[in-house]
Amino acid sequence: MNVFHYPQSDINTDLLFPGKYTYTCSTGPEIIEHLLEDLDPSFAGAVQSGDIIIAGENFGCGSSREHPSLGLKHIGLKAVIASSFARIFYRSAINQGLLLIQSPEAVEYYSEGDVVAVDPAAGEVRVGDRVFSFPSLPDEMLEILKDGGLLSHIKKQYTRGDGV
Amino acid sequence: MGETFAIKILSRAAGKKVREGEILFVEPDYILTHDNSSAIIGKFESTVPGGRVKYPGKIAIVLDHVIPAASSKHAAGHKKVREFVKEQGIVNFYDIGTGVCHQVMPEMGLVKPGSIVVGSDSHTCTYGAFNCFATGIDRTEAAGIWITGRTWFKVPQTINIELTGAFTAGVSAKDLILTIVGDVGAGGANYMAVEFNGPAVGGLRMCDRMTIANMGIEMGAKIAAFPANSETSKYFENMDLDITDAVWSDFDAEYARTLEYDLENIVPVIACPHQVDNVVPVEKMAGLKIDQILLGTCTNGRVEDLKAAADILRGEKIHSSVRMLVAPASRMEYLKAMKMGIVQDLVSAGAVVLPPGCGPCLGAHQGALAPGEICLSTANRNFKGRMGEKEAEIYLSSPETAAVSALTGEVRDPREVLR
Repeated sequence: MNVFHYPQSDINTDLLFPGKYTYTCSTGPEIIEHLLEDLDPSFAGAVQSGDIIIAGENFGCGSSREHPSLGLKHIGLKAVIASSFARIFYRSAINQGLLLIQSPEAVEYYSEGDVVAVDPAAGEVRVGDRVFSFPSLPDEMLEILKDGGLLSHIKKQYTRGDGV
Repeated sequence: MGETFAIKILSRAAGKKVREGEILFVEPDYILTHDNSSAIIGKFESTVPGGRVKYPGKIAIVLDHVIPAASSKHAAGHKKVREFVKEQGIVNFYDIGTGVCHQVMPEMGLVKPGSIVVGSDSHTCTYGAFNCFATGIDRTEAAGIWITGRTWFKVPQTINIELTGAFTAGVSAKDLILTIVGDVGAGGANYMAVEFNGPAVGGLRMCDRMTIANMGIEMGAKIAAFPANSETSKYFENMDLDITDAVWSDFDAEYARTLEYDLENIVPVIACPHQVDNVVPVEKMAGLKIDQILLGTCTNGRVEDLKAAADILRGEKIHSSVRMLVAPASRMEYLKAMKMGIVQDLVSAGAVVLPPGCGPCLGAHQGALAPGEICLSTANRNFKGRMGEKEAEIYLSSPETAAVSALTGEVRDPREVLR
């Protein structure tokens, strides 16, 4: 498990996925090649399923493009832990089924080389020798996340015959 | 205590009194999507194969981001959208050349005061200028709303911005909103609604309100809203629209924070790379050499903006060291500018006019930057790589600052010319 640490605030969606590719790359495999291209060109080649990103305030600000959340979910990123998230990105991550953990304390405590482990069910994140709890999502959002994203959630409702 | 705009409009939509922090499901009045509709169609079709959209009449699609198509891949996306709108009976479809979605939505009467609009574009907040609760969502959520007709909102807290006074010569709405974004910060209004109040609001033209509301997202705001008044009514007077359903906050509404601005004290400002909240007075950057100027976009591409630039450039020549691109916000605004001789003035001065649309704002085509180049833009974002090249720099300013700077190829304070 690797931790990618980007401590700066206001990492925007252009840094996470450049706008010039937004209408030519829409699927997971197309997107992951350019993820974080203008922030950390080595990320796309290095990231693996189960990895974690740790970031500062207002992570994911800017555009409503979903390529960052979709791409990170496609890779199998375990979670993004940040001091705070921009709202459209936060929504988008729920829609993609990507786990976001808002824990300024965990971000503050982290230093390079610390082992980070996440237990979403317990609402806990372990950083080195310390455990931080994070608030659970509201039920409505938790259900979407549990179903693997908004469209899987809707599909499930359709097949259950609940209607929508 | 009274209620905010956000509480009132969401209470009406939910059919019950709501409080801040509550999560509720509502049916938006319109769902806007643009070139990204082709990807949304893919999501829609894989979720409900052979399905119909729930409310075809509530869907609005505008092709504006990469128009005309820059490649066959882009063209295939546009084609898919044209076929889908026919199949699904979506009448609010606006093909290339109509304009930027955020200009087209009001022009087509789809932003009724007091309504709720979502869009798969972060600058959907622009319709707050028309008293809409309008906010950005991602593509997946747009696909979901096409299917179900509804989505959820958390009722936001509100920041109140009180405006007094009047702009002085050479200063405009863009300088005000850049100043506010600089003060509040890129995340300072995250998850929150922003309301504009105070005696100066009534005097702001609709184009000014649009420029201001458009940039609400640059401080993280969920919505940025204005009250509806006679200016709003006037805008809609030739359409089948009025302000009878408009909503506004009570005089004693409870705000998370109140900020006050006297327009008299606003000076020309510029947002420096690579963040919109990196705002300084233009005079501090005076003399900075620029390679390209972009006038236009959903932030400053209306006829009033083009006129402000043309008034400076009329009979003059753009400096040989700089190239100037003009992207009118819509066909209607373009036609108005032609009728008034503004296009003639800009082209005579040496500007290159692009089709009404997003132009190079998102870096996909039409005026991308080379490494090391500097662009002065009237758009809303200066993020690294935004105009197609991460080693380029983007500065954001008003149309007035952009136009006076075009004359010398260097950043200049517009008050040198406008007094």
